[in-house]
This record gives sequence, structure tokens and C-alpha cells, in this order.
Amino acid sequence: MADVNRDNRPLSPHLTIYRWQITSVTSIFTRITGNALLIGALLIVWWFVAAATGPEAYARANGFLTSWFGDLVMFGSVAALWYHTLAGIRHLIWDSGHMLGVEQGEKLGLAAIAGAVVLTILTVILL
Amino acid sequence: MHYLTDRKRAVGLGSAKSGTMHHWHMMVSSVALVGLVPLFVFTFGAALGGTYEQTVAYYQRPFPAIIAALTLLVGFIHFKNGVMALIEDYVHGFARKALIIAMICTSYTAAAAGVFAVVKIAL
Repeated sequence: MADVNRDNRPLSPHLTIYRWQITSVTSIFTRITGNALLIGALLIVWWFVAAATGPEAYARANGFLTSWFGDLVMFGSVAALWYHTLAGIRHLIWDSGHMLGVEQGEKLGLAAIAGAVVLTILTVILL
Repeated sequence: MHYLTDRKRAVGLGSAKSGTMHHWHMMVSSVALVGLVPLFVFTFGAALGGTYEQTVAYYQRPFPAIIAALTLLVGFIHFKNGVMALIEDYVHGFARKALIIAMICTSYTAAAAGVFAVVKIAL
């Protein structure tokens, strides 16, 4: 029964037809940043394994991570990490039953974007 | 056109009776990572780019080493659960199962490699 008529039914309007909203965009972006962080995380694991292996392996991994391309990936990762962290805190607030109104949700979304920008700039300055 | 909906077919079957544990695990690892992430960014960021001797000496200290091991472990478990939700939403059939298994294996392998490396440097 479960798969009867799956392809032969009228569909409700989908993503392409709706106006973009701050709530949906920030939600999609949470998912993209969280999953994209795999790349940076695997590079960092490589860096640790290289440091545990010896000086030559470490020089290779450290050289790659501090090259212009490595810098670009690390910059993107830290921006994604701050955004995903703040968006995650937003989810924890929602899970506790607070700030579930539309306007509050929009404010939280904007706060996550602004906070991520500020924290990313701060990280670049400090490190 | 046929108008028998997914909802119509699901009525009377009751709830899925699972899924709350997945959500709970995401919540617990999120809370842990809210604390770990800033500590990891600024400890790892301080070590990245240093010489081999500097990095080894840095991660022989307990605080940066414990932060790094915990962040990699909790981070990859959080990733494993998160990417599973992503795959379940967009991939179907055999590819779904294959991808979920591949991502679970990747997550545990990366976590194990990271934690092993930190422990080896630290000891």
C-alpha cells in the first residue's frame, strides 16, 4: 500500500514558488554549514595524525593547512562553525519552548548571521 | 489523477514510535559542543602553523589535548547523527542505506584517528 500512486498525484507548491524568508534561509544554511564542516574536520584530523606520525608528515599537513588554499578552507570552516553553533543555540532555545513566534524567529535568524560575522572577524583578528 | 494521499494511508497506524532518542542525542551533543567549539577554535588556532616541536609541546599540555580529543569525538558523533537526517531527507532506496552506513563508518574512523593522534602526541 505504501508506494501506491507516488508519482501520479497533484503536488502542493514547492520551494521555487515561495518568497524567501529569513527563517527558511537560515534553516537551510544551518544544514549546509553543518555538513560542509566535514571537509575542514577531516583536514584537522589529518593534521593531528600527521603531528602524531613525525616531523615530515607534520610539515606536509601543516604546510597544506597554512597555504592560501588551506587558509581559505579554514576561514570558510570557522565561519561555518560559528554560524552553525549560533544556529544550533537557536534550536536549543526553540527546543526549550521559547521564542517560537515568527517575529522572534526572524530576529534569532538575523542574530545568528550577525553573530557569526562578528565572531568570524574576531577569530581572524585574534589568530 | 489519483487522490489517495500519504496521510490517508498513514491514518490509524499510530506514531513512528522512534526518533525521540535521535533528537535527544542531537540536543546533548549540541549543548556539549556549544562549550567545546570556542575552546577548540582558540586552542587549535593557536597551535596551527607552529613548528613540529611547538605543536607537540602544545598538545602535551592537558587542557588543549583534552579539548581537542573531546571536540573531535563529540563533533563526529554529532556529525554522524546530523548527516543521517540529511541523507534520509534527500536520498532514497539502496543508496540511502549505503550512504548512511558509509557516513557512520567515516565518522567513527575520523573520531578514532583524531583521538588516537591527540593521545599519542600527549603521552
